[in-house]
Amino acid sequence: MATEQAYIAATRFGYGPRPGDLETIGRDPVGWLRAQVGDLSVPSELRGLDGSAPLLAETIRQQSSAQGFGAYLKDVARPILTHEVGRRTVAAVASDVPFRERLVHFWSNHFTVSAKRPQIVAAVGAFEREAIRPNIFGTFADLLVAVSQHPVMLMYLDNQFSFGPNSVASQQRDIGLNENLAREILELHTLGVGSGYTQDDVIALAKLITGWGVIRPGNNQDGTPGKFLFRSVGHEPGAKILLGKTYRRGGVREGEDALRDLAAHPATARFVATKLARHFLADEPTAGTIARLARVYSDTGGDLRALSLALIDSPEPWDDPLSKFKTPNDLIISSLRALNISTLPDKAVIGALGLLNQFPFTAPSPAGWSDRTADWLGPEALMTRIEWLRAVSNRAPMPNPVDWAEAIIGPVLSDDTRITVAQAQSRSEAVALVFASPEFQRK
Amino acid sequence: MLTRRQTLQRMTAAAALTVSPAGLRIAFGAVPTDKRLVIVLLRGGMDGLAAVAPYGEARYRRQRGDLALPGPGQAGGVIDLDGQFGLHPALAPLHALYGRGELAVAHAVGIPYRDRSHFDAQNVLENGTALPHSTADGWMNRAIAAMTNGDVPIGLAVGANVPLIMRGDARYTTYAPQVLPVAGADFLARLETMYRQDPVLAKTLAEAMQSKAMKADVLGDSANMGRGQGGGAYFREAFGAAGKLLADRNGPRVAVLDTDGWDTHAFQGASAGALSVQLGNLAGGLIQLQDGLGAAWRDSVIVVVTEFGRTAAINGTKGTDHGTGSVALLLGGAVNGGRVVTPWPGIDTRHLFEGRDLAPATDIRAVLKGVLRDHLGIAEGILEDRVFPGSRAASGMPGLIRA
Repeated sequence: MATEQAYIAATRFGYGPRPGDLETIGRDPVGWLRAQVGDLSVPSELRGLDGSAPLLAETIRQQSSAQGFGAYLKDVARPILTHEVGRRTVAAVASDVPFRERLVHFWSNHFTVSAKRPQIVAAVGAFEREAIRPNIFGTFADLLVAVSQHPVMLMYLDNQFSFGPNSVASQQRDIGLNENLAREILELHTLGVGSGYTQDDVIALAKLITGWGVIRPGNNQDGTPGKFLFRSVGHEPGAKILLGKTYRRGGVREGEDALRDLAAHPATARFVATKLARHFLADEPTAGTIARLARVYSDTGGDLRALSLALIDSPEPWDDPLSKFKTPNDLIISSLRALNISTLPDKAVIGALGLLNQFPFTAPSPAGWSDRTADWLGPEALMTRIEWLRAVSNRAPMPNPVDWAEAIIGPVLSDDTRITVAQAQSRSEAVALVFASPEFQRK
Repeated sequence: MLTRRQTLQRMTAAAALTVSPAGLRIAFGAVPTDKRLVIVLLRGGMDGLAAVAPYGEARYRRQRGDLALPGPGQAGGVIDLDGQFGLHPALAPLHALYGRGELAVAHAVGIPYRDRSHFDAQNVLENGTALPHSTADGWMNRAIAAMTNGDVPIGLAVGANVPLIMRGDARYTTYAPQVLPVAGADFLARLETMYRQDPVLAKTLAEAMQSKAMKADVLGDSANMGRGQGGGAYFREAFGAAGKLLADRNGPRVAVLDTDGWDTHAFQGASAGALSVQLGNLAGGLIQLQDGLGAAWRDSVIVVVTEFGRTAAINGTKGTDHGTGSVALLLGGAVNGGRVVTPWPGIDTRHLFEGRDLAPATDIRAVLKGVLRDHLGIAEGILEDRVFPGSRAASGMPGLIRA
């Protein structure tokens, strides 16, 4: 039977129910969620897509050929991005493990790479599949290292040409340090802004990861073009002091050591706990909630599996359903799930994501998309949502919209909504009203 | 740069299953008839007493109150048909057809279902039986099967989706207009009701509607202002396209056109207002359909139907609530028109169904069976057994088609 707990499990943790899902989740919503934690199976929708290495190698080749890079972006790279976004979205729409999918998307947003940067347009989807997806149930440290050594991240935040000021490479050519990735690792990925690190720490971390780059095609470098490359000639020699600790090991390992130390820092525990809590539990999580999740993080050495389970065990979603507002991505995926449309052509999905201003992999900055209601709920945005929902409802009228509403939002359905839907003048209008209802706009 | 609305329309158009006219053509020689039949569905329950007003009846003005239309010849008045009934002024474009005998009005018609749920009533109208959930296919599909054995796609569904009336085993094609109906004023009013429970959403919606109205004022952009006007583009495109597709010698023969926006619970207006705009859209669409059909008009019958009518009396919000009997319009060169066909039950309160609605004096299936038999040549027995099972009591009405 469809309980409020089943609705909360499906909607707050997953991407909303398909017809029948609430029955399936039944009386053990916690068990349904826990069973998804640790599931690293790859959705069939994502099979057969190209890896990042050949895509980046081709992009680099096209870029250095200097002619026709614009045409390459338009005719090759953008269509690949569009295809990736379509596959990713349909994978979430069709998923039997939607909590797992949401966790993938959460971590992908935490470690944002954006196609606003032309060089990585073709490979942002591959980045998520290679660096994020396999690592969401390991340790935060492993995820951080995987992300920070992924060529797409190195290119997105300019580390591929960051060389130590005293490195061999800098002696030979007029090239030097780039702080971009190091700063964002500290500010956005680990400690969080205002947690006490200094400009000297930014420079130290930047030096620690100098020489982390990408194998460029046709450069007589060993290995597969487009893969991670540690250029020892570009690495800053000597000791570096980050957050009071001295690193002298040298080589690629000292950068990894620094990342692992950052992952173990109490500020990182709090920062990651806060972001998870804001996404899953409440727009403004309480200090107590953050402290509890941070303790799980610290006690388990940043075990993301333990953290995922701790989210399920948090009281907030169960005590306060409908307190969060769906992002456009949430809304689109959940409405398609509600309609059981899992074979939608990519083009339609793409159009909706762009129209509602949350096209995956195009976040405006490395900070990613917001998880706060106020950033998504404005008059114009609401009207655009309503019009899109009205249009999509025209395509999928339900034989009995009242029964269907019960199957999707039944446990939280208010009398006002129930009556309004029952009085709709057509089946498609009834579907649109369910979609526009507070119960469906919220999660 | 594209406006949001253009983007939305392009996007939904791309999403819809559009079919090029070429894809709708049928192999030469396979089309079983030259006759055309179009059913126009008015979802929401059209107020038949507004569309074709019994202005000559003594009780008319008192019963309808503020919704009563002025008499013929007065500003915003009805256009007289026969001294008893008059067309709503927004339907004026159809009056010439009446004069030429190409428009017949079947009044006080209803489906064999007396509860007042839109969904169930629309199911009954489309499945052709007396029960809302009796069949998974529609009567139009079964009629096509009777004409073709189901293997020649002479059916055409125009709209964003395939309505129940066309669904079934017999093959058909679809055409989705580029312009889809938008979230109109009526829809937004329903949202306001739902959002009473959520102050944040209610406030945001109010701001959005204010800004939408303001833009419409400043820009004079009537297309931004809700159901009536917003629907106009849809009507023009959908009806015009249907006419052209049906005109093709090797094209479809039997079509359904889906419209909504007829559920006028509040401020429906009399000579002017929301319902008037929507009736104007319908009249404009029907003329587009006639233009599109061209020479095929003379072989055509268009039947405009709704799931139920509305209360005879005006309600507390200057609208009308769900009722029972309503009106059906029959148009086309093949129609034996220029008349109002009705065993008129009257609108004195004691003659109303349950004291509130125009009584359904004629089963709508009698009208539809008369058309299918005399226009498309489907035998009465097949109509009774297969197309409208259980409709023996409502035998096909004679004389609707020009001899």
